[in-house]
Amino acid sequence: MDIAIRCRDLRKVYEGKPPVEALRGLDLEVRAGECFGILGPNGAGKTTTVEILEGILQASGGEVEVLGLRWGRSDRALRERIGVSLQETRLADKLTVEETLDLFGSFYEKGRSALEVMAEVGLTEKRSAWVVKLSGGQRQRLAVACALIGNPDLLFLDEPTTGLDPQSRRQIWDIVRDLRRRGRTILLTTHYMDEAERLCDRVAVVDHGRVIALGTPSELIASLKGEHVVEFAVNGNVEPRPLDPQSLLALPSVRSVRSEPGGLLMTVDEPHVAIPALLERLGREGHGLSRLATRHASLEDVFVALTGRRLRDE
Amino acid sequence: MSRRHPFLLLVLARMRELMREPEVVFWVFVFPILLAVGLGVAFRNKPPDEIAVGVVAAAGSDRVVSALPPAGGFRVVTISADEAADRLRLGKVALVVVPGPSYEYRYDPTRPDSVLARLKVHDALERAAGRADPVEVHETLVTEPGARYIDFLIPGLLGMNIMSGGMWGVGFLLVDMRSRRLLKRLVATPMRRADFLGAIMTSRMILVFAEMALLLFFGWLVFHLVIQGSLWTITLLAVLGAFVFSGLGLLVACRTAKIETASGLMNLVMLPMFVCSGIFFSPDRFPAAVQPLVKALPLTALNDALRATILEGATLPSQSGRILLMLAWGLVSFAVALKIFRWN
Repeated sequence: MDIAIRCRDLRKVYEGKPPVEALRGLDLEVRAGECFGILGPNGAGKTTTVEILEGILQASGGEVEVLGLRWGRSDRALRERIGVSLQETRLADKLTVEETLDLFGSFYEKGRSALEVMAEVGLTEKRSAWVVKLSGGQRQRLAVACALIGNPDLLFLDEPTTGLDPQSRRQIWDIVRDLRRRGRTILLTTHYMDEAERLCDRVAVVDHGRVIALGTPSELIASLKGEHVVEFAVNGNVEPRPLDPQSLLALPSVRSVRSEPGGLLMTVDEPHVAIPALLERLGREGHGLSRLATRHASLEDVFVALTGRRLRDE
Repeated sequence: MSRRHPFLLLVLARMRELMREPEVVFWVFVFPILLAVGLGVAFRNKPPDEIAVGVVAAAGSDRVVSALPPAGGFRVVTISADEAADRLRLGKVALVVVPGPSYEYRYDPTRPDSVLARLKVHDALERAAGRADPVEVHETLVTEPGARYIDFLIPGLLGMNIMSGGMWGVGFLLVDMRSRRLLKRLVATPMRRADFLGAIMTSRMILVFAEMALLLFFGWLVFHLVIQGSLWTITLLAVLGAFVFSGLGLLVACRTAKIETASGLMNLVMLPMFVCSGIFFSPDRFPAAVQPLVKALPLTALNDALRATILEGATLPSQSGRILLMLAWGLVSFAVALKIFRWN
């Protein structure tokens, strides 16, 4: 299988007082034709990683190989073959969508026509509109279009849906799915777990500049041991016997128990076995149930299980 | 798709952006014209005001009044001694003449108009009394374009525009693109950096030509400015000036990330030249001790060269000193800026 991106022991230290260690030995392998997600909280090192892979930043250490080439030796050839959408780029306000795409297209030897790319991202109607007049979602689609105009073998999308409304996010997702279907290699970063679950073939969970978990979304969720989550709360812990979370591990099918603000969270293999047992136990001990919900485990749960923190500090 | 060269598209994009920005159109094209009109009108050359003289009503005042006819530029009132004192104090008359066997002039010697009035009145009165001038003189009156304030001003405004256009048009633009991460985005494409910087410079030059043509045409049309030197020389000087100040703009922008910092730096660089480099008044007014500094500023060289060419018809070779000075500024700025420029 072809490898599109390979990096080993990637390190990056930002000079300053004190110096910031953004990457501490990050390893990554992206296969050709897959949509690979880097998932992690803000400040985990996602953007730093991507910008090193895009040849914009220089790593402080480690090895990087993109499309079998190396930055510093084959820069121009590499730039011809990658497409980039940076986090929060503000394109020229007073150029039209078409002018912007024509300009970016002119930089590439095998640049595509603006018309074709506009159709692909659904901006044909806006071709003569100034960038400043576009909505947030339209601007982001234009940014993706600028990444596509060079007909790239490898596409980098850094937080493509951050700050967008749900409808605009879905439009971006459709574009990404469409690209994947046509065999493009895509590397995207996100701090939305649902985005990674829906779009990515494989996901690397990154925290503090390292990969802490790697696999398909379903593999990662399966690694939780217990693919279902049961969340519940009781009406106060009645004296003299408060509910001991660890004691719940004795219930059938329960794999883990954790205290959360406002309740308890268990991962279980089979909810239809665990829940009756839970209810029976609560009733016997005189605890009233004030809330009960079950859902499939998500990448968010994977992240919490790995780090004890949530992806987004809300 | 008709594929065009990225350089052309970059120039085109730049020109479109500029023309779609009303502020740019105002500052580049309207502002210098307004300034020329305002200052040209305020400092127009005009004939000296008539001389207001108060004559104290007394014996012989008729003789005095008839010796100072309106045709000689005098406006004479005959008034009482008290009122004459009042009017002199208030500046309504420049001089008071008290007639008598001998004349008495009352005036303030620190007022230039009073001193002028004394000379003119004395001359007229002595002639009326029969003084004969021993030497005969002829006067030839010369009032022609070339020596007026507006003639001095227009080359200065041109220089000022070339400076602020280069600094803002290059420096501010680049910092703005950096703060929007657009510079970083462009660097991630195979775009050649030389195409990019070349396009910015080229669009500056196009704008400089337009500004220059407009200002000179306007000066010619409205103020009858006479251009003595060749248009080629003026154009070459303008191009050289645009090069120098683009370089300084690039230098200011080479590492600055914030628009506010860039504005501050830009004003810091431009302010000394606004004051010292002879836009509105001649730099010769500064003390001799600071003249070498004033002369070393690139805008002083540009303004001096433009003035010499437009007003005196100087040629390029005769200004090689100024040209070399500007070239040095430009080359050093570019060399340093490109060496330390931060693209991401």
